[in-house]
Amino acid sequence: MKLRNLFYLSVVLFFASCGDSESIVDSALKDQILLLGNGTEPQDLDPHTVTGVPEHKILLSLMEGLVTRHPEGKGSVPGVAERWVISEDGKEYTFYLNKKAKWSNGDSVTANDFVYSWKRILMPSMAALYADMLYVVKNAEAYNRGEIGDFTQVGVKAIDDFTLKVSLNNSTPYFLALLSHYSTWPVHKPTIEKFGEIDTRGTKWTRPENFVGNGPYLLAEWKLNDVIIVKKNPLYWNAGIVTIKEIRFYASDNDTTEDLRYRAGQLHLLNTVKITKIQSYKTKYPDQIHIDPYFGTYYYRINTKREHLKDKRFRQALSYAINRKEIVETITRGEQAPAFSFSPPDPANFYPSTKLEFNPSKSEELFKEMGYGVSKELPKLEILYNTSEGHQKLAEAVQSMWKEYLGLEVELVNVDWKTYLDREKNADFLISRAGWIGDYPDPNSFLDMMVTGRGNNKTSWSNLEYDNLIKKAASATSTNLRNSYFDKAEHILMDELPLIPIYTYTRVYLLHPSVKGYYPNILDTHPYQFLRLENTN
Amino acid sequence: MLKLILNRLMVSIPVLLAVVTITFFMVHAAPGGPFDFDRVVSPEVMEKLNEKYNLDAPLYKQYFDYLVSAIQGDFGPSFRYPGRTVAEMIAIGLPITFELAIYSILFATFLGITFGSLAALKQNTLLDYIPMSISMAGICIPSIVLGPLLSLIFGIWMGWLPVSGWGTYAGDKLLPVVTLGTAYAAYCARLTRGGMLEILGQDFIRTARAKGLSEFRVVVVHALRGGLIPVVSFLGPAIAGLLAGSFVVETIFGIPGLGRFYVQAAFNRDYTMILGTSIFFSALIILFNLLADLLGAAMDPRVRESYSDE
Amino acid sequence: MSELLQISSIWQDAIFRLKSNRLAVFGGVFIILLIILATLTPWIAPYDYAQQDRVLGPTPPSFQHLLGTDYLGRDLLTRLLYGSRISLLVGFIATTVALIIGVTWGTVAGYLGGSIDTWMMRIVDTLYGIPFIILIILLMVVFGRSLVLMFMAIGAVEWLTMARIVRAQVNSLKQREFVLAAKAMGVKETTIMTRHLIPNTLGPVIVYATLTVPQVMLLEAFLSFLGLGVQAPMSSWGLLIRDGAVSMEESWWLLVFPAVIFSTTLFSLNFLGDGLRDALDPRMGPN
Repeated sequence: MKLRNLFYLSVVLFFASCGDSESIVDSALKDQILLLGNGTEPQDLDPHTVTGVPEHKILLSLMEGLVTRHPEGKGSVPGVAERWVISEDGKEYTFYLNKKAKWSNGDSVTANDFVYSWKRILMPSMAALYADMLYVVKNAEAYNRGEIGDFTQVGVKAIDDFTLKVSLNNSTPYFLALLSHYSTWPVHKPTIEKFGEIDTRGTKWTRPENFVGNGPYLLAEWKLNDVIIVKKNPLYWNAGIVTIKEIRFYASDNDTTEDLRYRAGQLHLLNTVKITKIQSYKTKYPDQIHIDPYFGTYYYRINTKREHLKDKRFRQALSYAINRKEIVETITRGEQAPAFSFSPPDPANFYPSTKLEFNPSKSEELFKEMGYGVSKELPKLEILYNTSEGHQKLAEAVQSMWKEYLGLEVELVNVDWKTYLDREKNADFLISRAGWIGDYPDPNSFLDMMVTGRGNNKTSWSNLEYDNLIKKAASATSTNLRNSYFDKAEHILMDELPLIPIYTYTRVYLLHPSVKGYYPNILDTHPYQFLRLENTN
Repeated sequence: MLKLILNRLMVSIPVLLAVVTITFFMVHAAPGGPFDFDRVVSPEVMEKLNEKYNLDAPLYKQYFDYLVSAIQGDFGPSFRYPGRTVAEMIAIGLPITFELAIYSILFATFLGITFGSLAALKQNTLLDYIPMSISMAGICIPSIVLGPLLSLIFGIWMGWLPVSGWGTYAGDKLLPVVTLGTAYAAYCARLTRGGMLEILGQDFIRTARAKGLSEFRVVVVHALRGGLIPVVSFLGPAIAGLLAGSFVVETIFGIPGLGRFYVQAAFNRDYTMILGTSIFFSALIILFNLLADLLGAAMDPRVRESYSDE
Repeated sequence: MSELLQISSIWQDAIFRLKSNRLAVFGGVFIILLIILATLTPWIAPYDYAQQDRVLGPTPPSFQHLLGTDYLGRDLLTRLLYGSRISLLVGFIATTVALIIGVTWGTVAGYLGGSIDTWMMRIVDTLYGIPFIILIILLMVVFGRSLVLMFMAIGAVEWLTMARIVRAQVNSLKQREFVLAAKAMGVKETTIMTRHLIPNTLGPVIVYATLTVPQVMLLEAFLSFLGLGVQAPMSSWGLLIRDGAVSMEESWWLLVFPAVIFSTTLFSLNFLGDGLRDALDPRMGPN
């Protein structure tokens, strides 16, 4: 009988919902609630232990660092610090904190909170994954590695309650940008220590009933794998500009689901548009589809220790035989730019002068020069990638290009994410697909990665001249000089090709027209205090 | 009967132990660990993390440590979600998956048994072919196709039903239940038809008919009891399978159930969570299989008769 | 006694009855046709399965491409033909593996009963409890990617439910007069199982087996996701359906054609299975 009831109920619901034409986003406009799809369930909401994009997007509503990113990506605007002074050599920053900045329990946010927080993330026993973001601070690296045990030697001092002084190793033009990364954000000491030691991971302080933050929103509800709800924080120093009353972050680990949710009017933002749908959405939702520049590069890593691949001419030949223009036009279709450098060209900052040609006849020459087809047989290659529709289609296209232009047999190896990471870590691959999004808007975020011995290098490639250039760039005093070092480094990289860049990312997303103030910016950071929900008519 | 139940519960202890042991060594042998991320972790940090989670101890020691705490009911913290314990996550996900599974199985058995019996009674007529064809189509459409298809039709084109949520919006449970239940309904229909044909040909049914009992009585009281044996023995593993296999439907419809946790844990190499959910699912499987066996024994007239003879 | 006599002629009768079932004959013919097509694929396929026309992209059916093309401009008909080779192999081999292990295991457990039964079924319970994804990932690490391994992996998983169904069936059959009679006459236990019990479980087993075939074909697509299954650019029906489901709005033909051929195959298989089941029913007369 239970079943009959169920059927009965469902029929009623059917007709009930028929009459109701107002969609969920429509009523959300009235209540000023922003509905966002937010990728996978966040690991936690502790800014010092988490690592992912979904975590970042939620933390952005709950916490605030010394500075905040300008909503249009034009540098930094005041956060907890209302102003700051940079010394002439660029190595000393003095931050004057806003006295109105409060924790959500009413306490003032003080300079000591930052000292405490930076100590926390840098403590070796904390084992924070993003501790290296602060390595530009004097002695931070040594402290994090356990080489010095006294935190007072690290270049961060509270002059008084509202003045914070930071000393850096070098003049670091992107330092302010780092401060809008969550790893540098403060935590509330009494709350942390109520639920554990300074370095305890995973305590209950991040639960809604315990959470104390300093951001524009308060953590109200956290339903695991379902939704995180945050509500406007009346104590936020800039609460006057916050108009959206509530944000709901829905966890979803499936692009199709999010797509359907958006189109059924359950979300304001569809983060990822499937490549097969971009074309049709351009005509279907011309007012909602957005294609923005993004600070990321899609590339193929080459294991430079392996036979054949260790010869740079071989790698060049592979690169010459990739038709990048065709790939972005027929495979990715999101107006991506064919890549010609590792760090994405940024007209506002650094624009590399390198080139990557599509020229199969040059590959043929190189192959001949190396003796393939004459004295040597062509090897069989493998492209490793984690299973995903996009990676697979691109790999299939590259496979077909290399077969057509070079006569190379390429096997495609798809594995699950963790197996992929494990094989990359153990250099158990020939060629592997990779993508990198800059942590901060500076070429260093990319180029430093290829320095000898860096964990994310993964190609076993090492070039002393390159290492030197990156080191010199770090201590360069002028922007021009710095960029010229980076440019030289890019030239080495694009000649040696331990990695073959394919395209520069774009962000392709659908945004409901009622969301205003959502501007394109290359780090895809959209502080919620600047967003508004307004009637489109 | 009570002895049988007690016996089965006793032998389930080694089963659970075997599951724990095999799963434990399997997850540790699988490539990649819980702390492998896109952005590579420095060796020092990795060392500290391993220390914190007891992953630096020799494997056999980790195994015994785990076993000892598991016996005391402590399944540890999740490696992926450091602020959560495995027990807490199961407690959150289970009721949701259970509800989904129960609705789906009710939907499936009701539809399946009705169609299946009808087909068996009217063998080789349209009333046999049509329901059986529909049920075959139900099996052919995997939930990965059916889910998005239903969402597209009812959620987007018609705009009648929400495409995701569980108890969040009115009517959001309907599509997931239909999606998950359809394949099982089809199985039930086919198994019922097979089982009913078997029984309807037997002597005691002929006798019952010869006695002049109404067809309804013959079918519902006499035939269904025996004809459903294959269905019942299928239901045990089916319910367990529904629980574990609900992840596709949970993912498609954004339902925060245990099936999603279970599969995500495997992909995240969340060791404690994989172990916890595996133990839990095994216990459920044992339980449902036991229930199915008991039900099967109670329904089979021959088995019952042989009990009464003894 | 009469049941004993029936067993000798069971197979001849069955073939006769099968032949007179028109739907079953249709199903059989279709399956045979499909197998022939799959075998001849390299010679009859209109294109190479990996041949791309990226600029063309996905196009609906046309004279050049009878069933249209996919995202990379590959001919769908060709890919379906090649896919049938993989899917038919998986379907039949994995189901056979599951059938053999499941029926043997279930019969032995069900017939012998007692503590042997208990322990055999507990092993089944244990295997149910092991996380499948991890198992597959491990298999792949240890043995590498291979089709044979995939068949075994699928078969090894699918036999569990089969074993439970057969055991339940045997459990009730062994109380029947003809088994008791055979026992009383001193017929060997293995003979009782193979000659008397297994033929009588065939009905549900065939039905379940025909239900298993689509399952394993779709499971194969999931294994490919984990990296164990078919390697791109080769494809299978399961994979084509999965791909088609993603783009069903933009490119309906990518879902519809694979789904149609998949369903038709399963329908045929099913008619054949039902026909076999009816034909093998020991209680039905030659007519």
